[in-house]
Amino acid sequence: MKIAVCVKQVPDSWAEKKMVAGLLDRATVDAVLNDLDEYAIEEALRIAEAHGGNEEGGANTVTLISMGPERASEAIRKGLSMGANDAILVSDSVLAGADAIVTAEVLANVMWKGEFDIVICGTESTDARMSVVPAMMSEKLGCAQLTFASRVEVDPAAKKVSITRVTEAGVDEIYGEFPCVVSVVEKINEPRYPSFKGIMAAKKKTIDVRDFASTGAEFTKSWSVVVDAAPRPPRAAGVVITDDGSAGQKLVDFLLEKKLI
Amino acid sequence: MSNVLILADFVAEKCTKSTVELATAGAGIGEVTALVLAPVGKGAAFAASITQGPITKVLVIESDDFARHGVAAAADALAHVTQELQPAGVLVVSHAFGKEVAGRVAMKLKIGIITDAVEVSTDFTATQLVFGGSTTVHSKVAQGCAIITVRPNTITANFVAATPVIENTTAPISDCSKKATLTSSEPPVQGGRPELTEANIVVSGGRGTNGDFAAVEAFADSLGAAVGASRAATDAGWYPHSHQVGQTGKTVSPALYVACGISGAIQHRAGMQTSKMIVVVNKDPEAPLFELADFGVVGDLFTVLPPATEGVQARKA
Ligand SMILES: Cc1cc2nc3c(=O)[nH]c(=O)nc-3n(C[C@H](O)[C@H](O)[C@H](O)COP(=O)(O)OP(=O)(O)OC[C@H]3O[C@@H](n4cnc5c(N)ncnc54)[C@H](O)[C@@H]3O)c2cc1C
Ligand SMILES: Nc1ncnc2c1ncn2[C@@H]1O[C@H](COP(=O)(O)O)[C@@H](O)[C@H]1O
Repeated sequence: MKIAVCVKQVPDSWAEKKMVAGLLDRATVDAVLNDLDEYAIEEALRIAEAHGGNEEGGANTVTLISMGPERASEAIRKGLSMGANDAILVSDSVLAGADAIVTAEVLANVMWKGEFDIVICGTESTDARMSVVPAMMSEKLGCAQLTFASRVEVDPAAKKVSITRVTEAGVDEIYGEFPCVVSVVEKINEPRYPSFKGIMAAKKKTIDVRDFASTGAEFTKSWSVVVDAAPRPPRAAGVVITDDGSAGQKLVDFLLEKKLI
Repeated sequence: MSNVLILADFVAEKCTKSTVELATAGAGIGEVTALVLAPVGKGAAFAASITQGPITKVLVIESDDFARHGVAAAADALAHVTQELQPAGVLVVSHAFGKEVAGRVAMKLKIGIITDAVEVSTDFTATQLVFGGSTTVHSKVAQGCAIITVRPNTITANFVAATPVIENTTAPISDCSKKATLTSSEPPVQGGRPELTEANIVVSGGRGTNGDFAAVEAFADSLGAAVGASRAATDAGWYPHSHQVGQTGKTVSPALYVACGISGAIQHRAGMQTSKMIVVVNKDPEAPLFELADFGVVGDLFTVLPPATEGVQARKA
């Protein structure tokens, strides 16, 4: 099987973030591999391992695919050290500030050319928090959408994939065939830590850096634009009391004062 | 007058409060048409459950493909109706299903999409709160009609009686959209309390409950609140995953959020930071969630919550 995993480099969730000219200022914050994408990498590796492996001469390959600045190769390296075989990074100044539609358009074109059987994503990028790129990719590719999976089962011979989808709407059992786009929730597995051997091996793995034109994607222009962005006034400092036996009653008084009861 | 199309949202075959919120946002801009996607034979009942909200027209499409093919089939229908009606904009509820449907429609029709809006202005400029609520962003769609997903509980719903004209229509579902097939569907367990994302008050418990949610539930019930949980609590199996609040759980924006025995990890904050009022009960004065508290109690939840519960009940009696 040819498995692709979409991974994004994002600003560290703990970092102070600010907007410059309507865009997230990515230059001044530490960047990391989107932690939800680690679950996608782990799941891809487990699927490969369950069906003949992805080592040299194995039956499968796991390719990381990312769109972002050149610097994103740092995050990609982490995925390679977990055990992915190789990576493709689409990096081009025309893509700066790309929205979800452009991202999905570019990634889908890369998938298309790579003839992948399964594309695995995280459920959201911790910076954009849209949870739409996997659905958009599957729309663009015209293939099965198997998203928000807490369980993924693959039958390579039958080219069939079945998942358990967990969302606020409940729990669904869904199946589809190759090629398909899967996204996985963080309950699905426990991502492995890169081993020393893995880290050393990753240094020798290839990251194929491509420009926008080579993807064959149709457009670069974002269809949604930020008009303005401003920091919100910080929450007014609240009252913190230490319980001396009367805190329960004081809490009720607070709720009354705020007309919440 | 311009038209606004909304995708009506249902839970257990009943129209949700979020639908009324979408209609309210839409009515500020133009006449609201609500699209109802229902299984064969259920269209009339679904439409009849739309009893409130400024809705002029209800369009009903009946097809068993919606239950069988989920998101992709719903997106086909919404895209088709959007092309027919040519509305000024389309509003959808910002939950996993709504966002995915909107994403596919945007890709299909080549129109811009904005997710998680907390406000929509008359020219379809959407207000979003990003970076854990620390920054307000205004966004606009630069191409085509806007498709915007609106976060539940952020727009004050106008509960006027709805007396819409009801019409039936159809939409083609493409073969590509039938490539994923649902074999079974289990609705979430409701358990008699309000739905988390719709609730006016949410009381949540974390690892500090040590698995005993009775005090949290009792306080929630005294307030008519929904019960939420941190990931530590859902991972331990103390509370169902569908009640998890946070980055990988639900995003809630209630009038009051009460966090009991929750430390305030960034992933938890991501789901509750935009609550209007925040109360924190935690043994540890250093717990980071106190930074967000309008009212904080450093204390044991098992000794603080019971008298508070009695106090609230006494007020009501
Ligand atoms: C990819 C990813 C996604 C995640 N998504 C989410 C998410 O969606 N939602 C989420 O909540 N977390 C999420 N997390 C987990 C998050 O990082 C924290 O681990 C989790 O929120 C901690 O839960 P907690 O506050 O209940 O537990 P803890 O951090 O252990 O805090 C327990 C608190 O209870 C207090 N306490 C103990 N006993 C009592 C008592 N008797 N009375 C009062 N206070 C008491 C303690 O002082 C402590 O502050 C995610 C993590 C990852 C890596
Ligand atoms: N720039 C990107 N490069 C690679 N994958 C991405 C990118 N943006 C989003 N994704 C994938 O899509 C998922 C959902 O992202 P989002 O829709 O932005 O919340 C992520 O978890 C990634 O797997």
